[in-house]
Amino acid sequence: MEGHAWRLYKSFQGEILAIPGRAIAFFFLLSLFFVPLVTGNPYVLRIFIFANIFAIYAASWDLLSGFTGQMNLGHATFFGVAAYTAALLNLNLGLPPEATIPIGALVAVLAGLIVGIPALRLRGHYLALVTLAFPIILTGIVFAFPDFTGGELGLYGISPLSDSRVCVYYLSLVVMIASALIMWKLTDAKSTFVRTGLIFHAIREDEITARASGINTTKYKLLAFSISGFFAGVAGGLSAHFIGIAGPSNFALLFSFQPIIWTIFGGIATIYGPITGVYILFPLMESLRVVPELRMLIFALIVIFVLLFMPEGLTTRLRDKIEIECPRCKLTNIATRRYCRACNAPLRLEGRYS
Amino acid sequence: MFEAILINGAMLGGIYALLALGFSLIFGVAKIINLAHTAFYMLAAYAIFTSAHLLGLSAIPSIALSVVLTTLIGIGTYKLFIERVREHETTVLILTLALALVFQECMLLAFGGHFLGAPSFVSGYVELLGVRVSNQHLLTFGVVLASLFGIWVLLSKSKLGIAIRAVAQDREIANLMGINVGRMCLMTMAIAVAMAAISGAMVAPIFVLEPRMWMYPLIMILAVVVLGGLGSIKGSVAAAFILAYTETLVVFLVPVGSFIKGAVALAVMVAVLLIRPEGLFGVAFEEERL
Repeated sequence: MEGHAWRLYKSFQGEILAIPGRAIAFFFLLSLFFVPLVTGNPYVLRIFIFANIFAIYAASWDLLSGFTGQMNLGHATFFGVAAYTAALLNLNLGLPPEATIPIGALVAVLAGLIVGIPALRLRGHYLALVTLAFPIILTGIVFAFPDFTGGELGLYGISPLSDSRVCVYYLSLVVMIASALIMWKLTDAKSTFVRTGLIFHAIREDEITARASGINTTKYKLLAFSISGFFAGVAGGLSAHFIGIAGPSNFALLFSFQPIIWTIFGGIATIYGPITGVYILFPLMESLRVVPELRMLIFALIVIFVLLFMPEGLTTRLRDKIEIECPRCKLTNIATRRYCRACNAPLRLEGRYS
Repeated sequence: MFEAILINGAMLGGIYALLALGFSLIFGVAKIINLAHTAFYMLAAYAIFTSAHLLGLSAIPSIALSVVLTTLIGIGTYKLFIERVREHETTVLILTLALALVFQECMLLAFGGHFLGAPSFVSGYVELLGVRVSNQHLLTFGVVLASLFGIWVLLSKSKLGIAIRAVAQDREIANLMGINVGRMCLMTMAIAVAMAAISGAMVAPIFVLEPRMWMYPLIMILAVVVLGGLGSIKGSVAAAFILAYTETLVVFLVPVGSFIKGAVALAVMVAVLLIRPEGLFGVAFEEERL
């Protein structure tokens, strides 16, 4: 009765099913595994593959800018660098995707460190506006060496991840879930075995106090840039191999702003927020292709109205509705409970103060 | 060649300076990073196209119409959208970007995506340093210089300007001194948009009009503002000319120049910031709390 399986089930029940937000996330991710069984439509699968890839991309922006507060307006740098690296390695050296994507991600880490160097000296808005420059400088490099980078047309003919689209779907899904879990754990302020979450929060809230408390903020800021660069690079490599093209559009201004839009829409500094944002906004954007001339307009208006009425983001708003934190033991409870599930303390003040 | 670089760079620098001043003004006073700033420039240019080309108005009424109309749109956007979320910094960023996209898409629906050109306000040209300079370019440069001077007088001499600078320096104290901070923010927004509108109206006959024409100047003025030092008027003007001349030099001297002009200008900006993180004329607060 008290076997490993049972204990695993109990902890699963306690850690996932008892917290409504996590339960929703769990069942949502579970349901994503059944998408290819429900529909074999290659167009629908294509949208979901892109959503998986962009979920990694958006979450990596959140890790850097949402958690550490190092506002990065040029996130496409990492995505594009990895996409181009993967493409060049694949086309010139014939390396398979298994090799090009990790190498691309490592090159993106390097890009993260290079972008991170100004971050050591610049703060706040200065940093935000400087990061914006990097994708544009890279676009310039792409145009300046057309023989090497393909110029305006980009590099095409990159070998696909797999011949079967269902296979690509599952691959992107597994990579997405793994990346999301790693990023979520790395940024979890309550985690007991990695300190990064707590430190990232501290850097965002007050960098000077963090430094006064003995945290080497330089090191952790560079770490955040590298981790973020790595995951954005994974997304970039996957995308290059999926669509078979790495072009200058990977460095476009709007492409840098996409993860920010998804993240703010979903809820900043949460990791699950940007992922929610992608799975809502990206398919929405695709379905608006039925009215191509109004597509961008409708999209922008939706973003505006969501921001006006929920400036804190969708998931943050929902989470506050369905979850309540125990005032005594700080454990998260479902909002319908009246007493904490662990310490039995009343969750709300009854009577005239409620 | 050298003279052409000199003259083109001066004109471009003037336009960047005017745009960047408005941007840094609204940032300094209301702490809003308004990514829709150059969208107003685009709107004003389209307004000139409509009034001068389609309605056939003469130069001065069409400029006045376009500046007033754009400023009203700016005030409306500020009141309806930006003011409500002013406290959330990243939200403002995305909101203004979305607003710029809305303006872009509206222009796309109204005028189509192809390149348009507005008629010149004045015809003819003069010889200057052996280079033919059209009167339109001279007019643009003159108006830009006059506006820059006007804004300097407004900010340093008038009561409104002093109030605006007080709010930029310290919100709370300005409030205690009886300055209506909310109204000053609105006034600043109006002034900033009007400056963007003037530059948009003046470049309409020179540049090609297209719905995406706001993006490139936006990047450049962000670079100008950062390079000059956030909140420094002198710095913004100096940086505008530095970046404009870099751009013009690249266009004239490098074979694929027009593709990489932005990249080179931004690389210059990054290089300067690595040496002077607070920008050329910015004040360094070593451990400033942001």
